[in-house]
Amino acid sequence: MSFERTLEKLKILADAAKYDVSCSSSGSKRTNTNKGLGDATGMGICHSYTEDGRCVSLLKILLTNHCIFDCAYCVTRKSNDVKRAAFKVQEVVDLTINFYRRNYIEGLFLSSGIFKSADYTMERLVAVAKKLRLEENFNGYIHLKSIPGASDELMREAGLYADRLSVNIEIPTKSGLKLLAPDKNFDDFIKPMEKVKNEIIQYKSEKKIIKSTPKYAPGGQSTQMIVGASGENDFQILKTAEHYYKNFNLKRVYYSGYVPISYDNRLPAIGSEVPMLRENRLYQSDWLTRFYGFHTNEIVNLNHQNLDLDIDPKLSWALRNLHEFPVDVNKADKRMLARIPGVGMKSVAKILMARKYRRLNWDHLKKIGIAFNRAQYFLVCDSNQFERRDLTATKLKAIILKNSNSKYDKLLSPQLNLFS
Amino acid sequence: MQHKTLLYDGTFEGFLSCVFYVFEYKLKNVTIQNQFVNQSELFSDNETINTDKQKSDRVWKGLKQKASTLSSTKIYYAFLSEQPKVENVLLDYMLYIFNSSEKVDTDFTQPSVLKTSQIAKNVSREKHRMEAFVRFKLTKDNIYFANIEPDFNVLPLIAKHFKSRYADQKWVIYDIRRNYGLFYDLHKLDFINLDFPENFDFSKTSSDFFADEEFEFQKLWKDYFDSTNIKERKNMKLHIRHVPKRYWKYLSEKQPNL
Ligand code: SF4
Repeated sequence: MSFERTLEKLKILADAAKYDVSCSSSGSKRTNTNKGLGDATGMGICHSYTEDGRCVSLLKILLTNHCIFDCAYCVTRKSNDVKRAAFKVQEVVDLTINFYRRNYIEGLFLSSGIFKSADYTMERLVAVAKKLRLEENFNGYIHLKSIPGASDELMREAGLYADRLSVNIEIPTKSGLKLLAPDKNFDDFIKPMEKVKNEIIQYKSEKKIIKSTPKYAPGGQSTQMIVGASGENDFQILKTAEHYYKNFNLKRVYYSGYVPISYDNRLPAIGSEVPMLRENRLYQSDWLTRFYGFHTNEIVNLNHQNLDLDIDPKLSWALRNLHEFPVDVNKADKRMLARIPGVGMKSVAKILMARKYRRLNWDHLKKIGIAFNRAQYFLVCDSNQFERRDLTATKLKAIILKNSNSKYDKLLSPQLNLFS
Repeated sequence: MQHKTLLYDGTFEGFLSCVFYVFEYKLKNVTIQNQFVNQSELFSDNETINTDKQKSDRVWKGLKQKASTLSSTKIYYAFLSEQPKVENVLLDYMLYIFNSSEKVDTDFTQPSVLKTSQIAKNVSREKHRMEAFVRFKLTKDNIYFANIEPDFNVLPLIAKHFKSRYADQKWVIYDIRRNYGLFYDLHKLDFINLDFPENFDFSKTSSDFFADEEFEFQKLWKDYFDSTNIKERKNMKLHIRHVPKRYWKYLSEKQPNL
């Protein structure tokens, strides 16, 4: 490996891959049982954080930033005037292994511009994963980006070596895609996803009969949507996400606030602000549906198509559904406890445990760690002081915003610290 | 009643031996204290308790019968925090558990239960951070070496993680604050003590000790780290919350440009 050349390529191909927000390295089950290198069980680890606050857990690079396509929102598009580079298969393998040995990373996230054809590119991505597993005895995490339009045969092979596969939908609606990525065909995204889904289902059923069935993409598949590039509202975005979660068993949908990178007049101009707060609200909503028992329609619907930016989606739901409150902390079921603004799932678990011993009062709840600021208007407990005024939603919102001063102005991390 | 201070050798078994002693003599007004940490009260009656494996095992077994595995793990974690007076918080917690007829180990309305849980959480956070922030450097002897300086004594907690992950390379993780380390020699894991040369710089890679390629990989990693940043989204406050400054000195990506 020539150090100088690798260094130059790494800079170019890491820079081009950075807009992909997927970073998770959890959810796989690849134990180190062969005295090899690495272990991908349990939770992924963020080994560092970029200065913009995103987690660094995988070596995230493109195999190449040459591309025959011209998607308007992408730095790698062929009409963009940037330096091009391409890694050799062995270079990616060496970088991954050496970074892993030093505990810099959990594994590899490999994506690529399209060199020649979808299959030609996919074949090389698969070759990297295969080499890591078979020649280097590597058990760390591997996430491969499926190239839209890649053949079923290659997708099958990819899943045998990778922990996770993903295709980025990027643009949530067909019309938006047509406008911004004229070379791409909507069905080309669906096909590899469909294939991976079916392989996973088949793997699971065969596994029941034959124990030694080779693992197939144990970390499942994910996708990414760009937010704020093509005018969709939050209702469209979250409904699209719901559709993919349901029909393709996705593990994660990522939302990526569009960073303007082009003077193309189909897109927000360079210098326009990255919609980070909106992105954060989408993650919060996603979280509510995956872990808090909310239905997408409760969060956004035809009457409420955009998420509020000044308050989080749970508080927003509560204000639109005041008739469900106050919740009695000492009696309510888990589902309702989880719906109280200012009460996170960890507090819900503590409340359920602690109330077996005695009726809980404000002191107990504060110590358990609920956000009193918001919660006080939505619950009753074994204390007398609770909000008795009959406040309207608008009034309530104003009071809460006033008492929580700067809290909502801050830009939060897109994937962590979602709720207090 | 006279205040009594029990001194122990700093080990978890030593601490549990003290707990045993408290039960045996039904002591009321007592402080448990590591004998190597000097903070004893002037007018109390000091007594050194010898570590007794059998007695400590009995306490631990008894605890496990009356508390969940999670709660006993929390007690061990909190102990490793080495925080002043943590022994007495744990003693209160254990007394509460042993003196109740029902299972009370998750009664978070009890101050010692909540406090233990909170301290354990801090220790567990430090454990995760060490799993994340350990940076191995390849020595000339082909051993991957890392030094750490954790706030809490988490080395015993991270051993398993690194052993299952780095099964095919020799490695050392050394706690330079507590002056002991872990050494994996491809077969087994041992606690070790090391003497470092006087001019040894823990935050730098010197070609006297480390392999030539080590410097190259650190540079590759640092450049990767810089290239993957999106400057339009810069948010240093968030960054520092995730990677507190006290960890920076040993992170290769945080070293000044070479
Ligand atoms: S095909 Fe992929 S890499 Fe190529 S321009 Fe479109 S989004 Fe970018």
